[in-house]
Amino acid sequence: MQYKLQTPLQKADLAPLHAGDTVLLSGVVYTARDAAHARMMELLDAGRELPFPIQGAAIYYVGPTPERPGCAIGAAGPTTSGRMDAYTPRLLDLGLACMIGKGKRSDAVKASVVQNGAVYLAAIGGAGALMAESVQSCEIIAWPDLGCEAVRRLVVRDFPLTVLLDPHGGDLYQSGPAAYLASRG
Amino acid sequence: MSTIREIPAAAITEAVETLCIEANTTLPADVKAALDRAEALEPWPLARQTLGLLQQNLCAAAAGELPICQDTGMACVFVELGQDAHIDGDLNAAVDEGVRRGYEKAYLRKSITADPLQRVNTGDNTPAFLTVHLVPGNGCKITVAPKGAGSENMSRLAMLKPADGVQGVKDFVLDTVRQAGANPCPPIVLGIGIGGSFDHCAALAKKALLRPLDVPNTDPYYAALEKELLDAVNATGFGPQGFGGATTCLGVAIEQRPTHVACLPVAVNISCHVTRRASREV
Repeated sequence: MQYKLQTPLQKADLAPLHAGDTVLLSGVVYTARDAAHARMMELLDAGRELPFPIQGAAIYYVGPTPERPGCAIGAAGPTTSGRMDAYTPRLLDLGLACMIGKGKRSDAVKASVVQNGAVYLAAIGGAGALMAESVQSCEIIAWPDLGCEAVRRLVVRDFPLTVLLDPHGGDLYQSGPAAYLASRG
Repeated sequence: MSTIREIPAAAITEAVETLCIEANTTLPADVKAALDRAEALEPWPLARQTLGLLQQNLCAAAAGELPICQDTGMACVFVELGQDAHIDGDLNAAVDEGVRRGYEKAYLRKSITADPLQRVNTGDNTPAFLTVHLVPGNGCKITVAPKGAGSENMSRLAMLKPADGVQGVKDFVLDTVRQAGANPCPPIVLGIGIGGSFDHCAALAKKALLRPLDVPNTDPYYAALEKELLDAVNATGFGPQGFGGATTCLGVAIEQRPTHVACLPVAVNISCHVTRRASREV
């Protein structure tokens, strides 16, 4: 099944999704990876505001290449999400609705996704040029000193994604290979 | 013995600059052919669709002068230097300057931290990760193989017992692939080193990734092992991106060498569907 979604995301938007569905996501997506997550935790510890509204937000784990003149962004495929696992349940509890990345997550993240009615979506790993085609604008909104790891506000249109973890406990990394192998008898 | 040949360091810089750009924007013909073949043979719908997106990505990279993948990697540079060649200048500095220029000129990502614990970006993707092999003659062949961290991080080395034998090697390779799951961006390529010492074994695994996917090991025993491991990895059903399917691995290359009577080192260097390398003679 393919769904078209628009940010900010409501739980009702995400409830129909199941692992293996594909999504075309449009709207605002914020980028953050290792160093930005560490700094967001410092802000929360200090009781301060995050650099973007987290309620209903989508975070994309990405460190793009520098953009050419006249282009919104460089190549922008996902990085490995598991490195953000330690920070993720806290953000989901604050209203983060959608994570975009690649690779398996911890049991704590999976449980938090279900508890909060959130989703974890796959961008195609290594397909940096393809993902860039869906990005209409890109603006650094926090920590430019982090270079490719700075927090960016992307406006995307029909970003091609696949549901990995759904609000019902589905996990494509388990169900996908199992279904394929079962089809082979 | 061949005539001593002078090679200006500037020629090395120029070659490395060009190769950094070429490797990051154009997939080697053998890797592209393997992707084409996989897409044609893939029976699982979501897997075929996902392989189609990888092909679209190659087109988007070519059309937009973009790198194929945003992780433009550590610049792994291999120099096969003839013993009768003399470099007029500093080889290390010349290679680093080529990396600096190539990564800046082509808008490639700078992904190197100056220190592994204090984590400050060097800002120009230097230093290069340089390996020099001395060979007969007076030639100088340079290969640039940018290596991303998604797959590098899932690589492993084990000092097996000789009694573990070939079964132990197979088990370790399969276990490494299972642990890696979707993290290294399957369909993957495996470079495997068997034998040598602890350090040489890891270098063998990296070297194996330089071999074109359609060229098997020259030793029939190891060529058969490459084929067996390729089939075993594809039988996991992980498929492209780990979503399920027949295409988990595009190629397996093994490099072997003598080892100690008490040792059986095995190293698995995982690479992704964007296995990049470009070479030229200087």
